[in-house]
Amino acid sequence: MSSELRDLYQEVILDHGRSPRNMRVPEGANHHADGHNPLCGDQVTVHLKLDGDIVADVGFEGHGCAISMASTSLMTEILKGKTVDEAHALFRRFHDLVTGSHDSEGEEVNEEDFERLMVLSGVAEYPMRVKCATLCWHTMEAAVKGEEAVSTENE
Amino acid sequence: MNPVTGLAQKMTKPEGGPVFDVETVRKDFPILATPVVHGRAFLDSAASAQKPVQVIDAVRRCYEAEYANIHRGVYELSALATRNFEHARDKVQAFLNARESKEIIFVRGGTEGVNLVASAYGDKFIGEGDEILLTYLEHHSNIVPWQLLAERVGAKVRPIPIDDNGVLILEEYEKMLSPRTKMVAMTHASNALGTIVPVKQMTQMAHAQGAVVLIDGCQGAPHMKVDVQDLDCDFYVFSGHKVYGPSGIGALYGRRELLEAMPPWQGGGDMIESVSFEKTTFAPLPNKFEAGTPHISGAAGLAAAIDYVTKLGLDNVAAHEVSLLREATLRLEQIPGVRIFGRAEEKAPVLSFLIDGAHPHDVGTIFDHSGVAVRAGHHCAQPVMERFGIPGTVRASFALYNTRADVDLLVEAVDKVKEIFG
Repeated sequence: MSSELRDLYQEVILDHGRSPRNMRVPEGANHHADGHNPLCGDQVTVHLKLDGDIVADVGFEGHGCAISMASTSLMTEILKGKTVDEAHALFRRFHDLVTGSHDSEGEEVNEEDFERLMVLSGVAEYPMRVKCATLCWHTMEAAVKGEEAVSTENE
Repeated sequence: MNPVTGLAQKMTKPEGGPVFDVETVRKDFPILATPVVHGRAFLDSAASAQKPVQVIDAVRRCYEAEYANIHRGVYELSALATRNFEHARDKVQAFLNARESKEIIFVRGGTEGVNLVASAYGDKFIGEGDEILLTYLEHHSNIVPWQLLAERVGAKVRPIPIDDNGVLILEEYEKMLSPRTKMVAMTHASNALGTIVPVKQMTQMAHAQGAVVLIDGCQGAPHMKVDVQDLDCDFYVFSGHKVYGPSGIGALYGRRELLEAMPPWQGGGDMIESVSFEKTTFAPLPNKFEAGTPHISGAAGLAAAIDYVTKLGLDNVAAHEVSLLREATLRLEQIPGVRIFGRAEEKAPVLSFLIDGAHPHDVGTIFDHSGVAVRAGHHCAQPVMERFGIPGTVRASFALYNTRADVDLLVEAVDKVKEIFG
């Protein structure tokens, strides 16, 4: 198998893709948004329980490819307990990671959390798959803002 | 015609036409020799087919030696361009066996053809309480224009169901037909499952209730001989780019009486007889429906594409494609965990499937790595995907230039997916 492909489909991704964590509606969730990728049909609903500016709990429902499911699953694990600002910063760093750009340089995030997201760095070699990895993050941001629906086509 | 039965025989003993040799025809397609494609399997011709050098040359010749705007200039070059353009229309007429070339309207493609009919015919002749029947197999391009029409005029769109093999349930269709049915719009062959629809029989049934019939031939015209007089349909649309011609050009066949009764669709130059601020009169067919400068080089390319497939013989092409489809089907169905969707007896060369535990999108990426280009997703046919309760499929589609080596690569790619996701 080529190393690029092995980088994309690491064991962690396959595991999260097969059995995503936090696939549920958290009790007391007060922010919700639907995300949709009309090109491939991926669908994700992100539920947040915001306590002030703290993400007290986060869950999701939906379906999609291994990349999108794994990305969503990892995001929910990492965001719990973070502030909204930390969540935004993580997304900016993550966006750079999967697009191979450097717009967020100097952005402070918990490096341990970011390390965990690094398993998705293989996506950068596959421009057609970036939206699979970022759909959940866009949807999370929409939920925070109180928007109800987000589509990858509005990016 | 039946592209499935008795084909092995035709392969070895073609009637009339030249013997079909895939290695010879592959030499006509320059892209197959480029580094991006060479040694790989291009199995996405149902989305758009590659172009033979004959088509590329025709487009080049148009621009290099025969180009001017048509229907306008009094000079020789414009007259030549106009003759070529109308000559292309004659080719399409013969390709579909229409009665007259004025029944052929050049459009951008299948989508524009359906939109033209839904607007120009639909707005005038379909009204409140009327019903438009579509099949569950339709591509979005033969659904959405009718939904927009239904919304405008207060009509109702109803889908004709299919069974688990992806075959239309004709008993249900029969029951749905009534004097309220004003339009039956159906695909000639499903782009997502391959099912060839019994359009001739369904047209007769529609006509018995006084309904008008449109056939979306985008997946039909590349794979089988079309005879609109024999089918007796009222409208037939197809896209040039799927029959090895340029993109941005296609044709709408319409029965002359209907086209004449329809108002123009788009206004502009070329579609008028005379214009004044008091009164504008419209040009006769086919110009009434061709506002503005058309795709002149596209028509030249389409004419060359029609010549190309006609010379090879669509029967020969179909025989070759169906033999590949059969082999791929046999080999894939032997692999545990592969589920094939679309089990109609008569199919266009489309093989839609899923691999257990792997999302089509991931399969598409791994296939690409294995040198196999396929379409992954809902194929712009979401209702049929919903019918099977799946988000999408992986679709391998075959064209006249595909080979058994391509099928080998396809099987290897499936193994690779199983290795990763198994």
